[in-house]
Amino acid sequence: MCLAIPAIVIELDEPNLAVIEIGGVRKQVSLMLVDDVAVGDYVLVHAGFAIDKVDEGEAQKTMDLLQELARLEQEAGFDEIH
Amino acid sequence: MRYIDEFRVPAAARELLREIDALDARGTFMEVCGTHTMAISRAGLRPLLAPGIDLISGPGCPVCVTADADIDRAIAVSKKPGVILTTFGDMMKVPGTEDSLASASARGARVRVVYSPLESLAIAAEEPGSQVVFLGVGFETTAPAVAGTMLEARRQGIDNFQVLSFHKLVPPALRALVGLDDFDVDGFILPGHVSVIIGSDAYAFLPVEFSMPCVVTGFEVTDILQAILRLLKMGASGASLEVEYARAVRPEGNPRALEVMSQVFEPCDAQWRGLFTIPGSGLAIREEFAAMDAGTWEVELPEPTRSKGCRCGEILCGRIKPMDCPFFGGRCTPDNPVGPCMVSSEGTCASYYLYSESEGPDERGEGADIGR
Amino acid sequence: MQDLLRDMIFPALGGQTLDAAEDAAILEMPSGTLAFTTDSFVVKPLFFSGGDIGKLAVCGTVNDLAMVGARPLYLTLGLILEEGLPLDDLERVLASVASAARDASVKVVAGDTKVVEKGKADGVYINTAGVGVIPDGTNVSITRVAPGDALLINGYIGDHGMAVLKDRGDFAFEVALDSDCAPLAGLVSDMLAAGRVHALRDPTRGGLAAALKEMSSCSGVSLEVDEPAVPLREEVRAICEVLGLDPLYVANEGKLLAAVAPGDAAAVLGAMKAHPLGRDAAVIGSAGAGKAGRVSLTGAMGSSRLLRMPSGEQLPRIC
Repeated sequence: MCLAIPAIVIELDEPNLAVIEIGGVRKQVSLMLVDDVAVGDYVLVHAGFAIDKVDEGEAQKTMDLLQELARLEQEAGFDEIH
Repeated sequence: MRYIDEFRVPAAARELLREIDALDARGTFMEVCGTHTMAISRAGLRPLLAPGIDLISGPGCPVCVTADADIDRAIAVSKKPGVILTTFGDMMKVPGTEDSLASASARGARVRVVYSPLESLAIAAEEPGSQVVFLGVGFETTAPAVAGTMLEARRQGIDNFQVLSFHKLVPPALRALVGLDDFDVDGFILPGHVSVIIGSDAYAFLPVEFSMPCVVTGFEVTDILQAILRLLKMGASGASLEVEYARAVRPEGNPRALEVMSQVFEPCDAQWRGLFTIPGSGLAIREEFAAMDAGTWEVELPEPTRSKGCRCGEILCGRIKPMDCPFFGGRCTPDNPVGPCMVSSEGTCASYYLYSESEGPDERGEGADIGR
Repeated sequence: MQDLLRDMIFPALGGQTLDAAEDAAILEMPSGTLAFTTDSFVVKPLFFSGGDIGKLAVCGTVNDLAMVGARPLYLTLGLILEEGLPLDDLERVLASVASAARDASVKVVAGDTKVVEKGKADGVYINTAGVGVIPDGTNVSITRVAPGDALLINGYIGDHGMAVLKDRGDFAFEVALDSDCAPLAGLVSDMLAAGRVHALRDPTRGGLAAALKEMSSCSGVSLEVDEPAVPLREEVRAICEVLGLDPLYVANEGKLLAAVAPGDAAAVLGAMKAHPLGRDAAVIGSAGAGKAGRVSLTGAMGSSRLLRMPSGEQLPRIC
């Protein structure tokens, strides 16, 4: 029920439309459900609509956490060897 | 791909599994989103978790929960002369009482698969001589998109576009599940994209009224593992609501999307396939948009048949396992499914069937615990 | 009809046997074991990035023969044309057939044309038969995969299916992507010269998944595939993410899956990479001694899932 993909907004069109891009693929989506979208923003795309913007600050926090976890896993690997 | 690949970190996933193991805790957790079910199956996650940690699939995707009678109505509408029925691909093979949209289409009904309801509206604009009906299924992730399309239809003056609304709401379903006498689940993995729309505050009642731990979760393996870790920790620290998917979910949700949704829809009672009627758990099209409501059309429906013996409802509530159902593997197989658990290719019974088929009855190799 | 043959079809496909205009092609029988195949082609749209129904028909037939180690020789071409099909379109299709036949070193030696009423045949349906000869000592069979064999693929998967989907226009997306439609007999010949190739399968309908399942079932071995090792373009990955499709089930028209004796895997891979149609070849897994039909995919995390046989067309989903 929930396939939504983050994509970058590369163009704004009237009325309330945008072109998003992901992995070289471009698609037009509706911005009816989101306010204040600018070119360069990342939005979540579901069924042809942007359903919200990605919170890039929060995304970065989670990405940092994952990198930290990956680092811990590396260390655990070394601990086992030694 | 940005904001996807950075969350696919195998080393982080392995570390999370290690931390989960280190807790040495047990728990049964339910996800209520078909996309989570898919993600868990695809990642082969269940066999990797320590024994004692069970992941069970709740009533969570349109394939699983759309009632027989609703499929029958969609099929009947598609057979009406001059009608083009448009639908998400997910619904094509779901069996109704007698057949499915796919088989009706093979026999001449005009059925087209779309990725977006906006494509359906475009078809209506291109085919003014036809009535184009969109089959609206899905939770709060999708309902605003359908509502937005209906507003757009009105704005463009397209009068040959209608919608069949079988949309459902997640919080009332959770409330109904949690209220069941023998609901024996230790926490919920809550749907991330439904929550983008409705906000995490919508689930506050779970820890507060029912002491039920829950985590609003994203769809990557690392997201799901983080959720499981947090849920296990709540076993000791006490039930609460946490948001793992903070990059997409806010406490208040998306007010614009909610506003669009409520312009067009209002809550109603709804029948969930294999379960029962849950009050206030569906979305009906408001009176002002009655002209776009194909649900009011006169259609001939087949006599509903009760599949006596189908125990999907109990599987969806986590009470029993697929092999406890008398139909499993005999009357009910992926090619000839009876209930929702087998209809969805990633449903509990379908997943279990795949693994038991590949291992054989005497071998219990990896993956045999799927569907517990 | 006579005009069509004379003015369009013969000139486009001209080769000695076709021009003879006998009721049947008269051919020298090559010595050796004959391989014989038939196929039909219905594709929408007729013309897509990287090819068209004509090229598809030739390559598809030639590749069937190549999959049993045969050198393709002769093709028949049966055309069912919808009344009102623009002559320009027919000319384009015929030109593609001719060009693809030249590239594949085969001759179209016999054919038939029928016209059906408007509304039928989606423009053009093509049926072919193909005949080739299997060189002595060649023994390539879908039943010959042995435990320990290496599984190789010659390049990116999913290009054809997604290019056609894009050009069909149903889901309104834009991307630079061509079908991989290509004749593989030359590549196969190089591979056979480089090492012991036990089995070949072209992953057309049902994608790589179908080819893997068939190999596993027909040979009675299990297969283990390293999913991250399967070559996949960013663009195909992106389309599949958006539409909810699994690239393993998407059709290919210029790819082959090979099962190779483990000692020869490096040499065969080298031969593939040296060929224009194998530059992105990769080893993607191996055969094991498990149950027939059991194909497991190991993901980036080391966890694995079992592969299902595709049932029907894959549809975009929102769930």
